[in-house]
Amino acid sequence: MTFFLVSSIAKVVVVFTAILVAVALITLLERRICAFIQDRLGPNRVGPQGLLQPAADGLKSLLKEETLPAQADKVLFLLAPAISFTPALLTFAVIPFATPLPTPWGDVPMVVADLPVGFLYILAISSLGVYGVTLAGWSSNNKYALLGGLRASAQMISYEIALGMSTVAVLLLAGNVTLSQVIAQQQAGGWYVLSLLVAFFIFLVSAFAETNRVPFDLPEAEAELIAGYHTEYSAMKFSMFYIAEYANMVTASALMATLFFGGWDIPFTSWDNGPPWTLAKTLATGAVFCAKTACFVFLYIWVRWTLPRFRYDQLMALGWKVLLPLALVYLTVLATAVWYLKERLGWAYGPAFGWALFGLNAVLAGLLFWWLDRGRIVSGSAARAEGKA
Amino acid sequence: MAVGVKLMKRPGSATSYVRATLKGMALTFRHLFRPKVTMQYPEEKSTEDWTISSRWRGTHRMLTDEQGRSKCVACGLCPQICPANCIKLVPGEDEQGNRYPLIYEIDEFRCVFCGYCQEVCPEEAIHVGVHYENSEYSRDRFVYDLERLCAQTHPVSTLWDPSDPRGE
Repeated sequence: MTFFLVSSIAKVVVVFTAILVAVALITLLERRICAFIQDRLGPNRVGPQGLLQPAADGLKSLLKEETLPAQADKVLFLLAPAISFTPALLTFAVIPFATPLPTPWGDVPMVVADLPVGFLYILAISSLGVYGVTLAGWSSNNKYALLGGLRASAQMISYEIALGMSTVAVLLLAGNVTLSQVIAQQQAGGWYVLSLLVAFFIFLVSAFAETNRVPFDLPEAEAELIAGYHTEYSAMKFSMFYIAEYANMVTASALMATLFFGGWDIPFTSWDNGPPWTLAKTLATGAVFCAKTACFVFLYIWVRWTLPRFRYDQLMALGWKVLLPLALVYLTVLATAVWYLKERLGWAYGPAFGWALFGLNAVLAGLLFWWLDRGRIVSGSAARAEGKA
Repeated sequence: MAVGVKLMKRPGSATSYVRATLKGMALTFRHLFRPKVTMQYPEEKSTEDWTISSRWRGTHRMLTDEQGRSKCVACGLCPQICPANCIKLVPGEDEQGNRYPLIYEIDEFRCVFCGYCQEVCPEEAIHVGVHYENSEYSRDRFVYDLERLCAQTHPVSTLWDPSDPRGE
């Protein structure tokens, strides 16, 4: 018991610190990559290659003046940054990030809390983040902030469904809601990105929307809403929203890596898959997990500096008219396929099972993209007026 | 559809957004590795393809003769022509009857850097300079007196030459 407590506290501290450091570095990474894409250099003055820039930014935030709008709801206004900040970090608790670490007192699973209901926990906590955004928008007593908050809540609700539906596909295949079991399954039969390609696509798009990133960053659309829900915030409270955004991004990336890219699994080897656990394995798998997460973080940033923002009706149309029906249909097809392979043919999940599903998914994805690529996603208003889209 | 919304005629079924998106992503990815155009300013003030123009009109400089005295003869043309009225000139005369400026001050905050003072000066004494780094700790340091104007060492502006309008 004591060991459990001590190891848990240690893990909490380590993960918390790691995420905050990662968030700080990602803010720098975002600016650097943005600059590189625009043929500039970006911040490179503070420390080598600008590595200390986040520290400088943080210091500046701490020293700046805190403003409080005269007519704001003071309690909620002060609470909102914390409300949006906390769930972003909480979600990470159930994501396994390496193989168990052997210690003289027993193996320590490298996950803050290996909940049997990992999935449901993620769905529950990730939806809480929107409260912070909405409350921030409402309590500021500013029309632009309010609009940003409203948009955030509408957007979150719309895309949460598609997000949930796409993870149901993972549940269906894994037959389990514990994330460590999901990873074990993927080690046995290939990553789910292959056998659940379409679900991955839906998850990817919804995750972008859930984290309020371009092209779905309507809550803070600076062109029309100044800065959206955080218009009235300054100094460290403003930074908290930023930290929340980037922490959400890290968590979503880690989640994509876990659900669809085998988590900490090192591809093309089975050395890391089972005991005996060693420190080397823990470090190697941890590094692989970080690398996978970093890839998705890069994808987030890359997309942000490429694509323009959706219009609000396009956003809603994509969520309700494309992703939700798509997820439902896909789920039906997938459930049938899984039932057929498991019950009729009696296969267990393994490479053959995975490849069979991949075949099915490749066909579905081909059809989907062929259909989507015909002006569907951001249909012109003329097409809509004619009742075509 | 809300009332009064203008419907844009867009090609519906022929338009590809998926391929356009992927194309855009490929483009931005290629740009990641392009050579960067940023000039590392304080260390690097000019590059091969960019140097400051010799016609740049910056803070003033008063030229001096061999004895280190200013060339100004206090004719009063520059305060006369100055559209911003930023030049203060009090003329004096020595025993030989040579006119010289007792007080010559330019308020660089008022100055609009038109370069008329340089154009009008018959002695080629006052010049606008090719110079742009002017930070000071207090506002009154921006009123340049004669001594300071003479002490400036930066190159002077060539101004715009009507016979060579493109600077060739």
